[in-house]
This record gives sequence, C-alpha cells and structure tokens, in this order.
Amino acid sequence: MAARQQDTSLSNATNYSSQRFQPGLPSENGKRLARGLGWFSLGLGITELLAPKFIASISGVSPRRTGMIRLYGLREIASGIGIFAQKNPAQAMWSRVAGDVMDLTSLGIACTAPDAKTGRITFATANVLAVTALDVIAAKQLSGGKKGVHASASCIVNAQPEEVYRFWREFTNLPRFMEHLESVTELGEGRSHWIAKGPAGMKVEWDAMIVADEPGRVITWRSLENSDVDNAGAVRFEAAAGGRGTIIKVNIQYNPPGGVVGATVAKLFGEEPNQQLEDDLRRFKQVIELGEVVVSDATIFGVGYFDQRPAQPPAPGELERAESLPPQVPAGERPLGRSAEEPFAGRRIQQ
Amino acid sequence: MRANCWMGKTMVSVQDVPDPQILNQRDAIVKISSTAICGSDLHLYNAFIPTMVAGDILGHEFMGEVVEVGREVTNLAVGDRVVVPFPISCGRCFFCKQQMFSLCENSNPNAWMGEKMFGHAAAGIFGYSHLTGGYAGGQAEYARVPFADVGPIKVPSGLTDEQVLFLSDIFPTGYMGAEMCDIKPGDTIAIWGCGPVGQFSIRSAFLLGAERVIAIDMVPERLQMAQAGGAETINYNETNVYEALMEMTGGRGPDACIDDVGMEAHAPGAIHAYDRIKQAMMLETDRPHALREAIMCCRNGGIISVIGVYGGVIDKFPIGSVMNRSLTIRTGQAHVQRYMRPLLQLIENGDIDPSFVVTHTMSLEDAAHGYEIFKHKQDNCIKVVLKPGMNGRASTMAREDDTIIH
Ligand SMILES: NC(=O)c1ccc[n+]([C@@H]2O[C@H](COP(=O)([O-])OP(=O)(O)OC[C@H]3O[C@@H](n4cnc5c(N)ncnc54)[C@H](O)[C@@H]3O)[C@@H](O)[C@H]2O)c1
Ligand SMILES: [Zn+2]
Ligand SMILES: [Zn+2]
Repeated sequence: MAARQQDTSLSNATNYSSQRFQPGLPSENGKRLARGLGWFSLGLGITELLAPKFIASISGVSPRRTGMIRLYGLREIASGIGIFAQKNPAQAMWSRVAGDVMDLTSLGIACTAPDAKTGRITFATANVLAVTALDVIAAKQLSGGKKGVHASASCIVNAQPEEVYRFWREFTNLPRFMEHLESVTELGEGRSHWIAKGPAGMKVEWDAMIVADEPGRVITWRSLENSDVDNAGAVRFEAAAGGRGTIIKVNIQYNPPGGVVGATVAKLFGEEPNQQLEDDLRRFKQVIELGEVVVSDATIFGVGYFDQRPAQPPAPGELERAESLPPQVPAGERPLGRSAEEPFAGRRIQQ
Repeated sequence: MRANCWMGKTMVSVQDVPDPQILNQRDAIVKISSTAICGSDLHLYNAFIPTMVAGDILGHEFMGEVVEVGREVTNLAVGDRVVVPFPISCGRCFFCKQQMFSLCENSNPNAWMGEKMFGHAAAGIFGYSHLTGGYAGGQAEYARVPFADVGPIKVPSGLTDEQVLFLSDIFPTGYMGAEMCDIKPGDTIAIWGCGPVGQFSIRSAFLLGAERVIAIDMVPERLQMAQAGGAETINYNETNVYEALMEMTGGRGPDACIDDVGMEAHAPGAIHAYDRIKQAMMLETDRPHALREAIMCCRNGGIISVIGVYGGVIDKFPIGSVMNRSLTIRTGQAHVQRYMRPLLQLIENGDIDPSFVVTHTMSLEDAAHGYEIFKHKQDNCIKVVLKPGMNGRASTMAREDDTIIH
C-alpha cells in the first residue's frame, strides 16, 4: 500500500521545463559553427585571464589595460561555456556578438592611447572583424528570424508571496529597482503610464493595462495602442519549498518598431536582456529584504562591463551623474522581508 | 584622502582620492587608525584574481574610529572605536541568517561576474576586485563601511590596535580553518603555510583541543614563530613532507589537514613528497601544490580544510584519493562576523594576544614598500601594519612610483 502511494507521488512529480523563451529549431550549420566559436571563446578567454600582458602585446594594446583584458576574458569564458551548455546556443551567440562589438570599441579607444602600437591594433581589429562576421551569421541562423526582445529571470526573496505581490502590484515601486524605468504612474482601472530612459536623454513611453491579477500568485500586463513600444510582461510568485520565502519569475516581451525608437529600445535592453532583468531582480530582492538598493564604489553608474569605475569613492560631481544610485528611501520605511526585524546575535564558541 | 591603489601587476601607489561618503542608509564612515596587508592582497598584487581595474583601493583588514553614520545605524555612534570584518554582509538574507556571512546574497552588486565565473556569486569584500562587488578598500585614511549595524564591532580602549586589528580577518580566518577540522581530543592537525593565517590556525587548533599541531613552510622565521606557538614543524624545502608526516604519525596520517597556502603555493626544491604529484604540478599555472599534498597526506576519513584562496580552476586534482578514502573537504571565505565577538572575548581573557604576528609597522605612504617585503619575505617580514597617521619613511619612493604610473 505504502509502495503504491509512493508510486503515485512519483508520477505526480513533473518534469521541469523552463518557461524561458525557446526560439525555433536551430539549423545544424549554425550549431556547428557555434560550437567551434565556443572553443575559440574558451581558449581566448582563458588566455585573456591568465596572460593579459601577452594578449596586450600581440594586439598592441597598452599593457596598462590588462585589467580590462581580464574582464573580457571572463566574458569570453562565460559565452564559451554558454555556447556549450545551452540546448539552443542562440542567446550565447548573441552575447558573443555583443562581446565582439565591445572588443572593437575598446580597440578603437586603445588606438588613441599614446603608447599604443597602431599597426598591431589594425591587425587585431581585422581579426575581430572576421570573427564578428562569423558570429553574426551564426546568431542569425540560430535565431530563425524570430523578432522582438524576450527577457526572463527569477529570484528568491525572504518574504511571503502576498507581501511580494503587493509590492510589485504597486507599479510605482518598479522604478526603484528597474534600472531603465524612469517612472510608472497609476491611471486607475488597471491602467498605468510607463516612461523608460533611453540613451542620450531619449524617452520611451507607453500605457499599459493589467491583463491578469491574482493576489499572491501572478500579475500580467500589456501595452495599449499608441505605445512607443509594443510590450507585455508577466510576474509569478510561488511559495518557496520549506517556507523559505518566495520565488519570483518574470517574463517580458518587447516588439520594438523600426526606426529611431526601435534602435533606442534595442539599446535600452542591450544585447543581454536576461542579464539586465536578472540584475533588476537582484535589486528587487535588496529593496524587499533591505529597503534599498545596495551600491558599491565601482557600480554607481551601473553594474555592466562599461559601467565599472575604479573602486574609489566617487567625486561629488560623479555622484550627481549617478542615475543608478538608490532613490532616497522615505524616512522610517522598513524593509518588507519578514526576517528584517530580527537582529543578528553573536555566537559563543562551543568548546 | 590618501589611499593605496592597485595600478597593475605588482604596482601599487598611494594617491589622493575623494573622501568616502554615506551612500546607503546603513553605512558608516570610519577614520582608519590601522590597516594590514594580507596574503590575499598578494594574489591581487600578483594579478592572479581577475576583474581588477587600475585605481582600485586595496585593503580589507582595517579598524578605526566611526566619524559618520547613516540613518539606519543605531548601534554605533560617532567616536566609537571599531574593527571592521572583511566580508560585507547584510545580516538579513538567507545566508546571513545562517551566519554564512561571506555568502551574503545582497552585498555584491557585481554578482553577475561571480555567477559567470563560479556559477553563483559570494558576498562583497572590501578592496578585493570587482568580482566581489567593487568596494573601495581600507588601506586608506577613511573607508565607507556598508551594513555598519551588522559588521563592525566595538573594541575596548584597554586593548591596542595590534591586539584587535586581526579580528577583521586573519584571526577568525585561521580559527575557522581549525574549526572546520572538527577537532577531537587527541587529534593531530597538519597545517600547510606558516604565514599570518597559518599562525592563527596553529594557535586556534590548540585552543580547540588539538594534541599535536604540525606546521609546514620553508621560511625559517615563520617556522620559528610556529614553534613558539607550540607546533612541531617541517621545512618542505629540506624534508619530504609526506614521509615526515607518515613517520610522525606512524603511517596513519594527520587527522585533519589545513591548507593555509592557497593558489600561489611554491613547489619544493630538490626533494618531492610524491613523484607523481611533482610531474603534474610542474605543468600548473594555478599552483595547488599544498592542497594536493594535504589530500595525499591526510588520514583515511579525515578532513581537508581549505582556507587558502583559489581563484579559478585547477588541474590534476586527486579526487580518487578523496573519494576512495572518505575524505571531507571544507572551505570558504571566513564568515568573520560569526567569530569576532567570541574571539574578542578570548583576547580580553588573555587567552591569546594576536599582536605576536606583527613584524613591521609603517606609514600608509610606504605601502608599496610593505607589499614588496611581504611578498618577498625580506627583512623577516611576516605581517605588515600600515598607519595612515604616521610619517612616511619612504615618501620619496612613493613619489617615484607616482611618476612611473601617471
Ligand atoms: N579563506 C579566507 O577567508 C582567507 C582570508 C585571508 C587569507 N586567506 C588566504 O590564506 C592564504 C594565506 O594567507 P597569508 O596571509 O598567511 O599569506 P602568506 O603568503 O604570507 O602565507 C603563505 C605561506 O605559505 C607558504 N607556502 C608556500 N608554498 C608552500 C607549500 N608548498 N607548502 C607549505 N607552505 C607553503 C609560504 O612560504 C608562506 O609562508 C592566502 O591564500 C590567503 O589569500 C584566506
Ligand atoms: Zn585578508
Ligand atoms: Zn546577507
């Protein structure tokens, strides 16, 4: 009897399939090309990490930039591992393309450094260009022409699903942790007006309406007519196993139009939209558990590769430019996390 | 303010940088009275840890006086004398609640880097690369200390800086290395590395009830200091470590082994503990020599406690030895906050005086000199304490450094 019960519970267990976006079947050619580039990424990444001086000398970049080269090494390894690990390597391929653009940009910057060797840089640039061409072909083949930007991410926070839901449902809270959102205004009857920050002071705006709203479980929304960008989103709240807080899963889809606005939106969500959403959720967790976003000296302009500044206190002028600094927390506001109030007590050594 | 900045491989320079200010509500600003150079700083100095950026302020072992507190810091007041733990920990997340402070989920804004490199990120750490958050370090006149209501502890005025400074890292770290050995009465503990961390592991192992401690290094004054702490010693440059340990333990091996060396282990000279290991280690860039040796030497069913820092991937890891002989590996960046109060109690009781480890005290301005002698173990250097308030002996040298860099 007991055995049969066990069987039932086994058959009830579900096989988890990610709710993340799965593009169409990748072509075999694209896959093979991607795998080859994966090896290249791993090799180059490890060399960049371990021998940045060597890379600097063969590519003519000033040896003082070895810190950056190591950072690139990390990225190469990450996208290399990504290409091997993912069933559909399309996303990792696009991260390679992003990486190539980064390399090209910094080689451009390196050209202007006084101790740069221009001949060698030209050689390095030609190499990177060749690899970029391959990356673009592979990425296009893998994506199968699917349009739009999809992002998904999840996190776990130390608070009850109902509390977390309530915080999220108050859309005006979203700009506190979503880096690119400038403001959300409630218009009533499930409608809201969203303004996102674009590059160079551009703004992207839309009205959204709530489609589904189940307290403590799920909120979905989509943009209305006349939006700068057609978009939709869903956030799910699940009680974590063992009463360990709430698992939050977010999916967002943008279909950018053509033209300038389209380009702005593409810039806005970058080449690694999942990464951006993950970083947003990390800040969300901080806001829930701590009441504010945590900043370090290096990340006052953001956490991306190019946002990093040296780990030194910011000068006053820099602070004013730092948009990702946490907005002032209303005095007396306590974090939501249920553990927030219990103070930490030091432990005695058990002899 | 003046601060010691990483400028590239084996280049540090004390420079003028902006003063820190409160950025989060639980921050405090500390005016630093003493700060130390750590073996972990050498991994950055030697550029073994990626994601350093020229200009990063180094230093994660520091103490001083609170000069400003954020709105949410209610347990500290301006004027308090505090020691600051190196992990930056929120005190409220899943891991902090379990006192695994160096795994704090909220303190590392650059967590994505850790996720790409390690699968998951660990906590923020002061002055320890962008991978651990990109926080300015404490080899400076002032530091911003996030989560000041959780980390820093107040220290009584009756104790000197040198007696309490190492609560910031190496005393709790060495202690955790010994604690992870689950020491039972009668145990023999072998410790690779007699640097500052190793010295505290030796003393902690005795405090936790070890009967014998065997310490391994090749630097004479470090071995002497280990003996002064009660350890028997092996000079790995003169003696085959494996054979010596087997002889000393009747062939069974030490009950637990601590790796207090880390990623930059030296390979011994002419004699090798184990020929097959020797071959492999010659091929390494990341040098886990001490770790491999510790595994081969440990008794069946014993514990390997890894406190020395590793940054990436290693080769020729003897997993067969670990598996077939039921070894347990324990490791981690120290959960310093967990140990500060109890260890302060030991210092107050007079059970231990951590100042024994200091061999050099100098001005912050002389940091570059401090790094050099600590790295090369010149002038019998074991531990360097830097004082921001002190006059620089080598201020001309610092100026020379500046001209090289700018
Ligand atoms: N886990 C943590 O939280 C934590 C905290 C602080 C330091 N650390 C790490 O602990 C390690 C030691 O730190 P430290 O300040 O004592 O540094 P250190 O460099 O002064 O000490 C290392 C010692 O190991 C010795 N050594 C080198 N190769 C050896 C070998 N093959 N066998 C035996 N000994 C060998 C060296 O001679 C030196 O005395 C470093 O890796 C450091 O990064 C870890
Ligand atoms: Zn340290
Ligand atoms: Zn925490």
